[in-house]
Amino acid sequence: MSGHVFHPGHHALHGVTVLLETKGSESYIGRLDTEDEAGVHLLDVAVHQAQDSGLSKADFVRRTLKFGVRVDRKHAVVPSAEVASLKPLGEAGS
Amino acid sequence: MPYDPRLVAPMREEMVRMGARELKSVAEVDDLLGDPKGTLLVFVNSVCGCAAGNARPGLALALRHAVRPQQIVTVFAGQDVEATARARQYFSDYQPSSPSMALFREGEVVHFIHRHQIEGQAPQTVAANLIGAFDKFCGATV
Repeated sequence: MSGHVFHPGHHALHGVTVLLETKGSESYIGRLDTEDEAGVHLLDVAVHQAQDSGLSKADFVRRTLKFGVRVDRKHAVVPSAEVASLKPLGEAGS
Repeated sequence: MPYDPRLVAPMREEMVRMGARELKSVAEVDDLLGDPKGTLLVFVNSVCGCAAGNARPGLALALRHAVRPQQIVTVFAGQDVEATARARQYFSDYQPSSPSMALFREGEVVHFIHRHQIEGQAPQTVAANLIGAFDKFCGATV
């Protein structure tokens, strides 16, 4: 059963935990599910609000890399036009 | 809802073949993790082919290494739900994800591998991460 993926035709990052930075103040870390006309769908999502949080975005990412994704929302949809960057979380630490 | 047991059976067998002991109940988890001795690796198994499909062979490769934990155990996320939830209480500083792995030494978590460290990685990369931890924490001189 090694290397078997159950989701043919999936998004290139389907199932991957990603760091999604928006053009606004929010950043998201969650498992990418799909992207459609509504936007990028993330599951089990941690959300960082730059203006509301005492935690910097860099610390938010560092904490998540070390301790895992602290889920704020089960599902989030970010309009594709609002996405500034999208990459695997593992690349955020390198 | 758990997957059909017939679907996950090969994933369980893959773990057992590499020498892991399955923990399927809260009692089994407590018996082992309640008072752990020496070094112990807990593998949180998953049906997710995106990550677990590389995690299991990565662990199998790592277990060929001369230095390894004294015990390897596994719980199956989404299958043995209560056992998995109980096991996660023993490494509750870390957010739940599956697959994931926790290395204990004398009851303390000394190394943790999250799902995001496995996704997209070759089994050899997962194995290298584990072997580094085995050498650091499971050697005779530790």
